[in-house]
Amino acid sequence: MPTPISPSKMNPSDLIRTATVGLRTRRMRMALSALGIAIGIAALVGVLGLSESSKSDLLDTLDRLGTNLLTVEAGSGIGIGTGELPIEAAPMIARIGPVKDTVSISAIDASVYKNDLVPAGQTGGISVQAAGPDLLGVLAGDIAQGTWFSDATTRYPTVVLGSIAAERLALSSVEDQPQVWLGDQWFTVIGILHEFDLAPDLDRAAIISFTAADLYLDHDNVPTRILVRVDPDFVTDVVDVLALTANPENPDEIEIARPTDALEAKEAADDALTSLFLGLGAVGLLVGGVGIANVMVISVLERRSEIGLRRALGATRRHVAFQFLGESLLLAAIGGLGGVALGSGVVYAYASFKGWGVLIPTVALAGGIGAALVIGVIAGLYPAIRASKLSPTEALRTA
Amino acid sequence: MTDLVLSVENVTKSYLTTPPVHALRGVSFDVESGELLSVVGPSGSGKSTLLHIIGTLDLPTSGDVQVAGHWVSERSDPQLSALRAQHIGFVFQQFHLLNGYSALDNVADGLLYTGMAASDRRDLAHQSLVQVGLGHRLTHVATELSGGERQRVAIARALIGSPSLILADEPTGNLDTKTSDSIVALLEELHEDGATIVVITHNREIAKRFPRTLTLRDGAIESDTAQVLA
Repeated sequence: MPTPISPSKMNPSDLIRTATVGLRTRRMRMALSALGIAIGIAALVGVLGLSESSKSDLLDTLDRLGTNLLTVEAGSGIGIGTGELPIEAAPMIARIGPVKDTVSISAIDASVYKNDLVPAGQTGGISVQAAGPDLLGVLAGDIAQGTWFSDATTRYPTVVLGSIAAERLALSSVEDQPQVWLGDQWFTVIGILHEFDLAPDLDRAAIISFTAADLYLDHDNVPTRILVRVDPDFVTDVVDVLALTANPENPDEIEIARPTDALEAKEAADDALTSLFLGLGAVGLLVGGVGIANVMVISVLERRSEIGLRRALGATRRHVAFQFLGESLLLAAIGGLGGVALGSGVVYAYASFKGWGVLIPTVALAGGIGAALVIGVIAGLYPAIRASKLSPTEALRTA
Repeated sequence: MTDLVLSVENVTKSYLTTPPVHALRGVSFDVESGELLSVVGPSGSGKSTLLHIIGTLDLPTSGDVQVAGHWVSERSDPQLSALRAQHIGFVFQQFHLLNGYSALDNVADGLLYTGMAASDRRDLAHQSLVQVGLGHRLTHVATELSGGERQRVAIARALIGSPSLILADEPTGNLDTKTSDSIVALLEELHEDGATIVVITHNREIAKRFPRTLTLRDGAIESDTAQVLA
């Protein structure tokens, strides 16, 4: 009676070791195929990471600015109206219960120049606006240099410039109390503002006080825009009554907007772009997978004698299949890890450059590795089956 | 009564090509434990086919083969793999060493599919390499070894785990005369130590040096010195 044969078996550590044979002996080729996967994964992680970091930055911005700001404007144009709000609109709006603060802005028909020698046509696209003292508070704006209007300065010909306006007037400092030619008079620049997230048009404006507008430019100070801060819980309620309150006679002429909507809309547009890049990343990953499959098929052809030898040493078909599947999986895993590292690096570098908080979603990291492994299995399946079905005698004969 | 290690019973092997090729035509012989025999014959006589069938790498069209008491026809493919892993050692003309692996690791891989722990396999590989005279070449990779040394590594790999049967397919085919002589001498030494070895060769000079020679011609046994002696 012969001694029973125990089945061929392999230790897990040996399985991993045999799966690295190809990686060790054909390093350049394997590195290049792993790179294919790495680029695909890096694109996915990068796009998801950048999108999340940018979204988180938007949320921070919205948190800071608040989503409870409304702008009230009179529609202008043919058949709509004059573009001016009733003079009593601001006090009426301020009486609405949930309204916390208001500020009026009045567009002035004047231009501002660096000096009185600049030709009249070269306005630099800078508008002149009169604004109430609460402008910075209501808009969550901030002064970059100098000061905002005080009780004392409002009575004098002083001006505060928006960030772009200052740039266009070639002013970077207010230390020497520079003067600009505004409405055929000299105005002293007392401050330069930071950018307004919620009212980008004011970045291109020269802002003076209502008092100065009245005293020096003989402006009527009829508001063209009113900015309203409301209780965050009653934003929609206020919107419902705002038009009627601002202009009870012609409520249809009133346009109400929520500036943060524009920021959110911009983000939504970025989302569409993110989907496009995700699609491109997925295509990249697919191409990387095809690359691995290709390399594995070639590897099986080149290593027929090794397959024959392993079969002669006692490997079962399954051992051979696992060896090649393991190799493909390992290759994809290396590519996946490299891709995650590369993608995270790109997100970190770009987000830091943009001043965003770095945020790489866990789902992108785990998904990146997971996708690579799935690609590895799919790409390695056919070559592995092909290797396992190779007849040992045929494999040995081709050496 | 001596132990029968190999029994070949009326084995035929045909390939359904046009015209059909009958590589083996009713081959029968037995090999007892501790025997050293050569299978000699011209090119195309069926030597390699016979070795593959004895080694369970290929199945006969008809007839049967018994290795270490196990009839091949009664075994599944995974069981035949296990039979090879535990009872048969192969030596090939092309050596079939894994490049980038040391001599020790190449030899240790002879027991890779037995489930033995790596450290135990390496201990046995060490002993096996010492046995073939390569105790000083343990860490050298295949490309750093001469042809004769590579074949010694391959023999050490076949030897590791003391298989019931060692099958050598043209083991001197890629070697010069002097190196061939040393490999044949090594096989003779192993035979003296009790190993059962079947050597396939087309070289009659080498075949003559073994105690028993089986001559194949056109897929059939032309002569068997064992029967002559008997």
